[in-house]
Amino acid sequence: MRARTDWTAHLVLGLGVVLFALPVWLVFAGATQSAGAINRGDLSLIPNLGGLSEFWRVLTIGTGKDGAEPVWHMLMISAGMALAIAVGKIVISVLSAYAVVFFRFPFRRIAFWTIFITLMLPVEVRIIPTYAVMADFGLINTFTGLTMPLIASATATLLFRQVFVAIPDALVEAARMDGAGPLRFLWDIVLPVSGANVAALFVILFVYGWNQYLWPLLVATTPRLDTIVIGIVQLISAGDVMTPWNEMMAMAVLAVIPPVIVVVAMQHWFVKGLTEGEK
Amino acid sequence: MKRRSLLAGAAALAAASPRISLAAAGKTRVVFWHAMNGALGAELNKLIARFNASQATAEVVPVFKGGYPETLTAAIAAWRAHQAPHIAQIFDVGTGSMVAAGPAVTDVWKLVKDTGVAIDAKNYIPSVRGYYTLADGRMASMPFNSSTVVMWYNKDAFEKAGLDPAKPPATWPEVVKAAEVLKSKNAAKYACTTSWPAWVHFEQFSAVQNVPFASEADGFKGLGAKLEINAPAFVSNLQRLLDMSKAGTFKYAGRDNTPDPIFYSGQAAITFNSSGILGDLKKSAKFKWGNAFLPYDPAVIKTPLNSIIGGASLWAMTAPHRTPAEYKAVAEFFAFLGQPAQDAEWSRTTGYVPVTFGGYNLLKSQNYYTQNPGTELPIQQLTRGHVTENSKGIRLGQMPQIRVIIEEEWEKALQGQQNAKQALDVAVQRGNTVLRQFERAVKG
Amino acid sequence: MERRTIFPGRLLPILLVLPQLALTIVFFLFPAGEAMWSSLTQVDAFGLHTQFVGLGNFAGLFSDPRYLHTIWRTAVFCASVTVLSLAVALALAVFADREIRGRGWYRTMLIWPYAVAPAVSAVLWVFLMNPQVGLFGRWLNGTALHWDYAINGGQAMLLVIIAAAWKQVSYNFIFFLAGLQSIPRTVVEAARMDGAKGWRRFRTITLPLLMPTTFFLIIVDLVYAAFDTFATIMALTQGGPGKATETLVVKVYRDGVINLDLGGSSAQSVVLMVAIITLTALQFRFLGQRRVD
Repeated sequence: MRARTDWTAHLVLGLGVVLFALPVWLVFAGATQSAGAINRGDLSLIPNLGGLSEFWRVLTIGTGKDGAEPVWHMLMISAGMALAIAVGKIVISVLSAYAVVFFRFPFRRIAFWTIFITLMLPVEVRIIPTYAVMADFGLINTFTGLTMPLIASATATLLFRQVFVAIPDALVEAARMDGAGPLRFLWDIVLPVSGANVAALFVILFVYGWNQYLWPLLVATTPRLDTIVIGIVQLISAGDVMTPWNEMMAMAVLAVIPPVIVVVAMQHWFVKGLTEGEK
Repeated sequence: MKRRSLLAGAAALAAASPRISLAAAGKTRVVFWHAMNGALGAELNKLIARFNASQATAEVVPVFKGGYPETLTAAIAAWRAHQAPHIAQIFDVGTGSMVAAGPAVTDVWKLVKDTGVAIDAKNYIPSVRGYYTLADGRMASMPFNSSTVVMWYNKDAFEKAGLDPAKPPATWPEVVKAAEVLKSKNAAKYACTTSWPAWVHFEQFSAVQNVPFASEADGFKGLGAKLEINAPAFVSNLQRLLDMSKAGTFKYAGRDNTPDPIFYSGQAAITFNSSGILGDLKKSAKFKWGNAFLPYDPAVIKTPLNSIIGGASLWAMTAPHRTPAEYKAVAEFFAFLGQPAQDAEWSRTTGYVPVTFGGYNLLKSQNYYTQNPGTELPIQQLTRGHVTENSKGIRLGQMPQIRVIIEEEWEKALQGQQNAKQALDVAVQRGNTVLRQFERAVKG
Repeated sequence: MERRTIFPGRLLPILLVLPQLALTIVFFLFPAGEAMWSSLTQVDAFGLHTQFVGLGNFAGLFSDPRYLHTIWRTAVFCASVTVLSLAVALALAVFADREIRGRGWYRTMLIWPYAVAPAVSAVLWVFLMNPQVGLFGRWLNGTALHWDYAINGGQAMLLVIIAAAWKQVSYNFIFFLAGLQSIPRTVVEAARMDGAKGWRRFRTITLPLLMPTTFFLIIVDLVYAAFDTFATIMALTQGGPGKATETLVVKVYRDGVINLDLGGSSAQSVVLMVAIITLTALQFRFLGQRRVD
């Protein structure tokens, strides 16, 4: 049966796209215009084609003059950080969830709840004591220091716990009869089954790590470790000098491209992954 | 134990990653955390390069740390972790906390005493250095980037309204009249607006009119200071602004620098803002503009005094194992900043006011001011009259919170919930609570 | 909520859970413990003078009617952001679930705003909605609405709610989409053949089956609104006018980072933490219940 064009759907979805894409289009257009014009409110929706070179300039030279790194360097730091956080979180969460679900050991419940409550106090609030701990370990201004505190949290552990609990008993019995130990079972059965969820979590955790601001700002004591979000926010002036709006917007556009690529690439597995978790 | 080895492994990994390059062989390294972004940062780097090239023993390494609040948080966190930078650029409203920081900082006067480097407070313009001195005049931190408030006005709008663009209003009653004319002739969408509401109309107002903002010499003399912003002078000023709002001649457009674009876009004919926006205006404004002294209230004072500075200063921080050579390098950098040529260059390229008489005179002799109209006005306003207890600056803890309290009560008054007297009475009561709490926390 | 089939052994699981536990203890429990201790003290910014005040900070908070107003305001803000972003996301997900051309493209366009950094989207809203220079705000200012959120508290609250909800719609959209796709087509077909029309079908079949997802998202959105929105609010209104848009997290940031009142802001963080623990306990209970079907 040939479906008629669903006008309502297109209307609603089209409206949705306008609502959500428009603000970001504004950033793209603004990046090509002059900072002075934007400062007095003459921001136009239509990009100035002559200003497209701003993206390349910002990417290669950066805002350069004030000792900041060029944008491609900041993008790499952000990518490295987001990757390390996403991978780190997934790895330790898989291990913890597996232990808590598939075994019984003393203080199991306490261990789980200890991990669980990390959801409840964000980094901003515990930032000064965390900084002191990092300093004690000599991890200030290092890549490790940048990523480690952000790996300790519970969303992934929770999700994996749900997935692991739902694995059919039959699979476990079969593995035991085959003589497979718990680690073999994890590697051969559990991980493949959770593949879709891993992809889904990867997207969420990557974006989370990518958009961090306050912690990287404190830990990076030289521009060498500046992330792209730091680079953007640093351009927003507090009043002593005009914010270079076009540079900031160009950076913002470049900053959003890698996570968008990740979101889009993973979209297929992403939706599928969460579906599997729902069952 | 598993944890130790994991973290030890991490530490080893960290050690393997490339670190900050050590300063050139033999040079004492001085780390300087600052909040100068964009073009300001570029100028700062040039200044630091000049210092590094001028001598062979010290090397200053600049690190951009974000905005002023983040820089202060970072400096505190670092100090508590025994990793403080040598120099930190702290904004004016953080001065109260820094003066109370005890062993965490080394005051300039102490640096001079310990290292023998010559820094004479008398070389510095009193109203510029005053904000950062102790009650007895000794310098605590080094003034660095300072600006003050001036009145900015749209000359095209003035012409359209039939007002003389060369004769901007000098007193508040004149401002009220001019605003009415501007409104009646439709010369601009808003006759008058302001940026930084609390800074301009309370802190600066108190200095220029010589009325105390707080007791204990605006807090310089002790932590027991109480706010006095509900005195009649302040009440009548706020009431005047509220009345203008009702009459449609004054537009309250938000806090801090949020209202800036209104003037740049030409929608407001008169505004009050930092003297430092000159550069912005040149790039953004499409109209003829001018600046003028902050208006005064002739009912309160006949000859207005100096305004006070805003901006940031440089603090020398301590750390365990910091050597005398490092402190000497810091002192030498501070002294370098005060050399007339350096001070003048910094002022010329950034739009901040010169901090020394040497710098100011050098710029005058170079005809910089005659060639650049509007640039001398702020410094003239800063050197006007004589500095009193009320025009030295403000030394109160949690100053950002006090500004927010004033602005919150003002906004409530604008919404018709209270009049000026009520607003300021509440502000004083709330502000004093904050001050008492700061006092308790610092005294221990 | 447990498994029946498990593996024997005690050493292995302890080793497996140790990495995360270690990180949690070092980077969470220890700093959180310090923050909680801090809430019982009055301390200066540099930690030079610490005065134990017991529950004094908390007493000060709860005896201040302004703080109680802020709690109420935060509750209103969180509820509004949650309801708004859920409703919009659900509507979009329902339509994106249909068999229409280009639905892949629609989905992509609606998912990716999730990646925009909060600081950036906050600035964007200013450029759109500022009454004097915003693209859209300028026009609104001229209408009978007199759009001016620097003076009008109600408008300010409306603006921050919309800006905060906007950011979260993508996240909700993804989960709703997944939830909708896991509803077996057979169930939907059966209902259609029974004669149930679109809206009735939605109400009696789809919505109940989506309840687990919805409930989960409610909790996540409430946590987001309570914690992750301060950058948005600071960029738009700084908590004003008056205190019209000051939520608990704005106050925590302002008191802690800007005013350096570590004792007071720690106490506020503890209050927030207790509230969130309660909410997340609910979430956990919910996630457990979902398995039962």
